[in-house]
Amino acid sequence: MSQSRPLQSRVLRRRETVTSYLFLLPSLLLFITFVLAPMCLALVTSFFNHTMQSFEFVGFANYRELFTDPIFLRSLRNTAVIVVVAVPTVTAFSLWVASAIYQMHPVSRSFFRIVFYLPVVTGTVAVTVVWKWIFNQYYGLLNSSLKSVGAIDQNISWLGDARYALACIILILFTTSIGQPIVLYVAGLGNVDRSLIEAAEVDGATRSQVFWKIKWPSLLPTTIYILVITTINSFQCFALIQLLTSGGPNYSTSTVMYYIYYQVFKLYRYGYANAMGVILAIIIALFSALQFKLARSADAA
Amino acid sequence: MRKSLDKAHPGYRLLCLLLLVLLAIFFIFPLFWIISGSFKSAIEINSTQPTLLPKAFTTLNYEKLFAQPAWLWLLNTVIMAVAAMLITCISASMAGYVLAKKHFFGRKLLFSLFVAAMALPKQVILIPLLREMAFFKLHDNLWAIILPTAAWPFGVFLMKQFSEGIPGEMIEAARIDGASEFKIFSTIVLPILKPGIGALAIFTFIASWNDYFLQLIMINSTKKLTISLGIAKLQAEQSTDFGLIMAGAALAALPIITVFLLFQKYFTQGVTVGAVKG
Repeated sequence: MSQSRPLQSRVLRRRETVTSYLFLLPSLLLFITFVLAPMCLALVTSFFNHTMQSFEFVGFANYRELFTDPIFLRSLRNTAVIVVVAVPTVTAFSLWVASAIYQMHPVSRSFFRIVFYLPVVTGTVAVTVVWKWIFNQYYGLLNSSLKSVGAIDQNISWLGDARYALACIILILFTTSIGQPIVLYVAGLGNVDRSLIEAAEVDGATRSQVFWKIKWPSLLPTTIYILVITTINSFQCFALIQLLTSGGPNYSTSTVMYYIYYQVFKLYRYGYANAMGVILAIIIALFSALQFKLARSADAA
Repeated sequence: MRKSLDKAHPGYRLLCLLLLVLLAIFFIFPLFWIISGSFKSAIEINSTQPTLLPKAFTTLNYEKLFAQPAWLWLLNTVIMAVAAMLITCISASMAGYVLAKKHFFGRKLLFSLFVAAMALPKQVILIPLLREMAFFKLHDNLWAIILPTAAWPFGVFLMKQFSEGIPGEMIEAARIDGASEFKIFSTIVLPILKPGIGALAIFTFIASWNDYFLQLIMINSTKKLTISLGIAKLQAEQSTDFGLIMAGAALAALPIITVFLLFQKYFTQGVTVGAVKG
């Protein structure tokens, strides 16, 4: 370590800096060009009326328009519904699955972990097209199964009916979201100090006491991480919407990400779309900060 | 020994297991339905009495699929994913190593910048990125997907975490022996980082294979489509030819699932390291 050499000369230190930056150069170039620059561009152009023809500074006009745009507000509401339903469900459910499988034989544990990861790996598009078929009004498995057991008489248009479409989307999102949390929880449960649990059992603690007093607190960092990544993923729900419903019927399944895409590719309103992106980024950042804060106060309690 | 610690009622345990198995079936089912559907004839697919397995096995859907440039789509996807993986692994292992092991001006600031960018939603930068690619004349080119994928700072972060474990004495000893910086990196650092690089490689490969939004905005011409875009196109154009669409989905999913199964040990490691230290 460099601290162990108190007489390290300035020349050596400068050489170390130069070497370090040479090693960093490829990453740094990529990062600046394809992450940092577009981030700044997103922020700057959100203050412009930027379309195919025009590029003029309009101040906060895009932002003001957003909060009077009924489709944006609708999309924001749908996104909120998705987040509010999906995040707790995914977290609770993956914790349950992980608790059920982490003490299994390594082979069966691996098997379940892989099975629940399968929809993630299969890829959003492949997963989405098969669900689209299953939900299809005339040729779908869901309707024909429900009919054959006599649960329905009329075919239901699952994705074309505003009452069901969003729920269908959340269900698919759920299957593609729990893989990573399960892997994380299984790893987290494996790290819980066994001697604490043994000591508690000797003292006659019940299962639920062991869970809430020992396992849950030590899983807290994992839980926060899972909450944050699931929140970010749910906020960015796009492919499912674009492939299943195109935001319909009547914008009942449009999300902020989908509406951004719509504004850019259908109306070419880059500035307006970027303003939405900035709002989305702010909301996600606030949510993540809130989750960290809640978790920390729970930790202190 | 572990089992003895959990004194759950056997009935409860059985119920849990039953529920797990049912769920597992629910999670495997879409994949099964893709494969089974891809071998069914149009009549069987459109019948009101669905069959679990194809009654009359046919490869017609695959013949129709390969009448599209589906091999080309698959090839494009492999090229894209491999290039993104290589560039990410090389640049991120170099950066991660110096961020963890060297002391230089601006180190803390740079690392915080990488981490802060990671917390922001990736999708927000896609629209400006699209304009940027048009400016670089890279629009409708696989590089427009490869470069932003490799630029995402997760790799740097992951490799920094793995590099913390490199013993500083080994690097010092090599330096005293007169080894160059590059030699130290290639003969000492890289071998130690191998599991980490494995994790990052598989992670990047799968992530870029499935990054539909980025592919969607960057690529338009039929010959340059990735397999995900290809299926989406089939679905948009022939929305009720489910056999053909399932064949496409199978072609997209099976290679990546195979890769995942072969390297899943590394993958699990990558997923967990990011979280435990993050």
